[in-house]
Amino acid sequence: MRFLEAVKVALTAIAANRLRSALTILGVVIGVMSVVLLVAVGTGARDEVTEGIESLGSNLLIAVPGEPGPGQPPGRRSFTVEDVESLRRDLPPGAEVTTNLTGGERLRAEGEETGGTVVGVTPEYQAVTNVEVVRGDFFGESDLTASRRVIVLSAGAAENLFGERDPLAQQVTIAGLQFRVVGITGEAQAAAFGPQAAGSQVYIPVTTAQRLFNTQQLDTLLVTAPDRDRLDAVASETERILTTGPGVDREVSIVTQDEILGVAGDILDTLTLVLAAIAGISLLVGGIGVSNIMLVSVTERTSEVGLRKALGARTRDITRQFLVEAVVLCGFGGVVGIGLGVGLAALAEAVTPLPAVVTTWSVATAFGVSVAVGVIFGVYPARRAGRLEPVVALRSE
Amino acid sequence: MSAPLIELAGVSRRYDLGDAEPVIALRDVDLAIDDGEFVSIVGPSGSGKSTMLHLLGALDKPSQGTVSVAGRDVSQMGDAELAELRNATIGFVFQQFHLLARTPAIANVELPLVYAGVGRAERRRRAGEALSQVGLGHRLEHKPNQLSGGEQQRVAIARALVTSPRLLLADEPTGNLDSHRGEEVMALLADLNAKQGVAVVVITHDLEVAALAPRQIGIRDGVVSEPAVLR
Ligand SMILES: Nc1ncnc2c1ncn2[C@@H]1O[C@H](COP(=O)(O)OP(=O)(O)O)[C@@H](O)[C@H]1O
Ligand SMILES: [Mg+2]
Repeated sequence: MRFLEAVKVALTAIAANRLRSALTILGVVIGVMSVVLLVAVGTGARDEVTEGIESLGSNLLIAVPGEPGPGQPPGRRSFTVEDVESLRRDLPPGAEVTTNLTGGERLRAEGEETGGTVVGVTPEYQAVTNVEVVRGDFFGESDLTASRRVIVLSAGAAENLFGERDPLAQQVTIAGLQFRVVGITGEAQAAAFGPQAAGSQVYIPVTTAQRLFNTQQLDTLLVTAPDRDRLDAVASETERILTTGPGVDREVSIVTQDEILGVAGDILDTLTLVLAAIAGISLLVGGIGVSNIMLVSVTERTSEVGLRKALGARTRDITRQFLVEAVVLCGFGGVVGIGLGVGLAALAEAVTPLPAVVTTWSVATAFGVSVAVGVIFGVYPARRAGRLEPVVALRSE
Repeated sequence: MSAPLIELAGVSRRYDLGDAEPVIALRDVDLAIDDGEFVSIVGPSGSGKSTMLHLLGALDKPSQGTVSVAGRDVSQMGDAELAELRNATIGFVFQQFHLLARTPAIANVELPLVYAGVGRAERRRRAGEALSQVGLGHRLEHKPNQLSGGEQQRVAIARALVTSPRLLLADEPTGNLDSHRGEEVMALLADLNAKQGVAVVVITHDLEVAALAPRQIGIRDGVVSEPAVLR
């Protein structure tokens, strides 16, 4: 029997028992759907984080206290404003220095309230991390020295707090302190430290932030080299300045944007793989379901097998018939699962902040795997069917 | 002289049932059927008729003795050869018709040709022809559940005939039909035998049906007797 003939027989058998066919592929549908959906979510997260880090600028160096490498307590706030000043003084001209001190706070204005990531920075931060101000201005040096309570709102925060009204020169309350709005950042604001911060970062002078958070310390120091070629030189100079000097005894790790990108990318790739593996397990369970129901189906159709053998089917014709049926069923389940997965990914992106990016490779892999599931889990039932003795099969009524 | 179409020599068939006593369904049967014969095998229920038919049709293998088709020992054949034999040389008709449900009559009749590797168009042509021969040229697209029992059995006969076999084996072909439809089916088989020269073996428990065949073989408790004692 030719292959196309076998496909036709399989389609006929599938159509003849729609409910059983649907039950058979249910597990595969769910498995493929979760593979496509979870990989889309993982890929989306990766893209967004990568984008956020890239937008920081490629000549950027980030200094954090502590030794490089894992196992170090992160975010020990051992930098102070003096460190910023000594970097400014001692780094070669053309290098820009800024810092940040970040905390999550509730923002209030005229009865409205919103959550925000409050980032205390120096005015250079705007240029160093490419913050785009669409209305008003970023605050300046005098605001910093005077620790003024001024704030640059994100577009999202501005809309949450003021709606249609003009927020400029309005008051915003953070932890009981009044801040005057001096600027609004653009819509697609760079997410400096992770996607969750996107669109919700607001900026205040770092000196004001130190009062607000009641600390003398800073989270990180950010330095830009004048160009890429001098990145390494500026990095070692920065390290030298931060680790030497009267009474200074500390370790500093300096990472470049490329390194962060690499590490973050690796982590998110691993995350995506883990998600895919979890989904893969449900696909495996789906495959076992296929095997089970195919076995039942073989038993139910024993007399059909006997008849076909009496009419001239060879063992391998029967085996192929059931194998093709399993593969066609699973391939069909794969297509349905891909459709649902793509649909759910679109839905997830529309109704949740999770970005979801459906990639061709995940769709192709999911389809390939479902067909493979058909082959692997169809072989045993198909061979059982093929080996049925015609007499035994015919007598089973 | 050429070998008979089919020959059983010293054939026994025993079913081993584990703990229970084995059942001996056929005992030391010698039988030869030639091309173009019309034979009935008659005996009560449980006498071993179906067992015999399965052996004649190379669907089963004997516990003892040899079954030869056209001079060749069936027990020496492999899976592909046996399939070929059942496909090209033998046609089966069963009491329960065994048509594929939800499948049009013509597709049911085409089935043996599918396994013979015949192309689509040729298959359709020959299946249509076979259905016309059994008087169902107007029912090609009907599904089994849209046909009467007699019509279904005629579809099964068309299916058995479509590869132009040398031997037609029918196991209680009238068993599920009323006597009138049963007579029609027997007349059809006799007609095919007379006009096309295909050898026909009809198995039945019904003496009247058996009497329609020129050669009658009796079977009781797995032992054959010829001529059959018809009372
Ligand atoms: N697969 C089997 N296992 C055990 N006993 C069987 C099997 N097939 C048939 N028999 C027994 O063999 C005997 C002959 O059966 P069968 O050939 O079907 O008779 P008939 O067709 O004349 O009614 C019966 O006693 C039956 O119970
Ligand atoms: Mg019987």
